[in-house]
Amino acid sequence: MKKNSDFFRGLISGIPIGLGYLSVSFGFGIMAVGSGLSVFEAFMISLTNLTSAGQAAGVDIIASGGTLIEMAAVQFVINIRYALMAISLSQKLSGRFTFGHRLLAAYGITDEIFAVCSAKDGAITPAYMYGVIIISTLGWTSGTFLGAYAGQLLPSEVTAALGLMLYGMFVAVIIPPARKHKSVLFTVVVAAVLSVLCKWLIRSLSGGISVIICAVISAALAAVIFPKEDDEE
Amino acid sequence: MSIAIYIAVMAGVTYAIRMIPFAFFTKKIESKFLKSFLYYVPFAVLSAMTFPAIFYSTGNTVTAAVGTAVALILAYFDLPLIAVAISASAAAFVTGLIIL
Repeated sequence: MKKNSDFFRGLISGIPIGLGYLSVSFGFGIMAVGSGLSVFEAFMISLTNLTSAGQAAGVDIIASGGTLIEMAAVQFVINIRYALMAISLSQKLSGRFTFGHRLLAAYGITDEIFAVCSAKDGAITPAYMYGVIIISTLGWTSGTFLGAYAGQLLPSEVTAALGLMLYGMFVAVIIPPARKHKSVLFTVVVAAVLSVLCKWLIRSLSGGISVIICAVISAALAAVIFPKEDDEE
Repeated sequence: MSIAIYIAVMAGVTYAIRMIPFAFFTKKIESKFLKSFLYYVPFAVLSAMTFPAIFYSTGNTVTAAVGTAVALILAYFDLPLIAVAISASAAAFVTGLIIL
């Protein structure tokens, strides 16, 4: 009974994530089909990856015929933040979290699920985390399907404008902390300037590799200039 | 190359990044540089992915620039992710209706 109610609480906590994912993944579905993928392929990417930035970059690489090495490297750099979140969550898991549960629940570590699970009072049980993950995955995959499908039907003026949606969400993720912390503002500005320079000056550089180079340089510079103290958020 | 192989590599790398630390990690990271670096990586990645790509995202630089401006302003006032994303798209759409 306790197990079931934990699962239910997870589902409830995950509703805002699921709704948010539904609308954002709609944009991803449109973008994926616009890049030449099928509805089924777009859906499978969302089901197996459950991540926004990595999927957007992955579709770019597929569309431009990049190499598998480039794909692996880009996914590694873009998603390495999940390793940090996984480490942080691992300190908060209840005793019920066996090795098998960890293998399964690791699938669902995203920015938003991490945020909800970290904010939960007390230890995280597998049932709770599965509840959050299931409702979130449902939103992410059905939104992708609808976007990929509707993207073929909607007028091009609408799909063109919706192409901006994922980037709009990225802006909404980086701007508020950049406003509060000089260190984050520094990181964001340096990364953006480097990225624009790469695009204009080194035309042969693929988008994925450019993101890796710009992100690693700006994050490393920020780490040297603004080292984090342990007690900071 | 088959798209299925691309998807398999994407999914495999993404899962491994989440699973390996989640299943096997028991200690805390000690290096201050590494901790700081990992903290800044998501912001750096998202910023490098967004700029300049956002200006090409609608196929028209003017509508994209208006959408970007709306996103920056609303994000500055800390509106929810979804509100920012949808408003930015809507602004680009309306601009397109006016100028195209």
